[in-house]
Amino acid sequence: MSEAISELSVSLWRGGREGRFETYTVPRRQSQTVLDVVSFVQRHIDPTLSYRFACRVGVCGSCAMTVNGKPRWTCRTHVSKVVAKPVGGRLEIGPLENLPVIKDLTTDMAEFFEKWQAAKGVFAPSRTRRDAIAQIRPDTPARAAANAAIECINCGVCYAGCDTVRWNSSYLGPAALTRAWTLVNDERDGGNAARLQAVAAAGGCHACHSHQSCQELCPQALNPTAAIAGLKRRTAAAYLKGEIKT
Amino acid sequence: MNVQLYVWQRLTAALMAPLVIVHLAVIFYATRQGMTAADILSRTQGSPAWAAFYGIFVAAAAIHASIGVRNILSEWSALSERRAGLCAIVLGAALALLGFRAITALVLT
Repeated sequence: MSEAISELSVSLWRGGREGRFETYTVPRRQSQTVLDVVSFVQRHIDPTLSYRFACRVGVCGSCAMTVNGKPRWTCRTHVSKVVAKPVGGRLEIGPLENLPVIKDLTTDMAEFFEKWQAAKGVFAPSRTRRDAIAQIRPDTPARAAANAAIECINCGVCYAGCDTVRWNSSYLGPAALTRAWTLVNDERDGGNAARLQAVAAAGGCHACHSHQSCQELCPQALNPTAAIAGLKRRTAAAYLKGEIKT
Repeated sequence: MNVQLYVWQRLTAALMAPLVIVHLAVIFYATRQGMTAADILSRTQGSPAWAAFYGIFVAAAAIHASIGVRNILSEWSALSERRAGLCAIVLGAALALLGFRAITALVLT
């Protein structure tokens, strides 16, 4: 760990749904991440602080929190990126919005993953192990579109930053719909009839207002808005052809 | 919003886009020519073309607006989806009633 270069005042959410921000002073270091700050508080100041992380390298998607008002992956967010002033800057860290708070900085992700399932985000195989392996050309439009959610780490940042989720509790959310769009374009998948039906219902892709917060906030630089627009087009066409019902 | 409402809203929007342009052009033409109400009525009364034009316009506007208002009510008010839908139906019916009443006055009387 590098030497402290100054001190940093950080406010952390303490409590459940009802709670308050409490302020701590931590050493400011070179290349310090927001997760480093939270970990310092938990290890050196208050071991009862609850938060969630695993890999610390932007792969597992478990450390997302609200940092100075925006949802971010804390392990890959340098303090210097979110605190404008090197000395005396403000750092406020809370749990992700749009999800129930369990305690302090941890949220209950159950509804996020239940919606992922409701959008039929599970691959539905169309072949058996005795069939030949599907040959997918990398340069086809469907294969390119299937990239939409391949790098998604399910951190919940898009869900926490989505206005539509905030207004409409039944909305499936950007991550689940982007995953659905990947599978819609996966030539090996055989579950599209049920998937299109699921995402075309109330709370599905047509509830999206295309505010594009998901695209702006996604730490993986994915574009859920474009994926959802693709689902809107595909489900509208399927509806007009009578392939899905309302 | 489900796919059915989405398709209806987009189709009525696509239908209204050219109608709005013609409607605005007619307003500009009528005002710049200094036409009186009597001049306008003399051209519209008994005209099946204007009856069809504004009839389609009113129907599309009533459907389009009511779907939009249903969405706003269900997201921004405490109303349930069902109640928001009922309010939207009442609004759509009122818009259609007022619109068709105006067309009747414009074309038939």
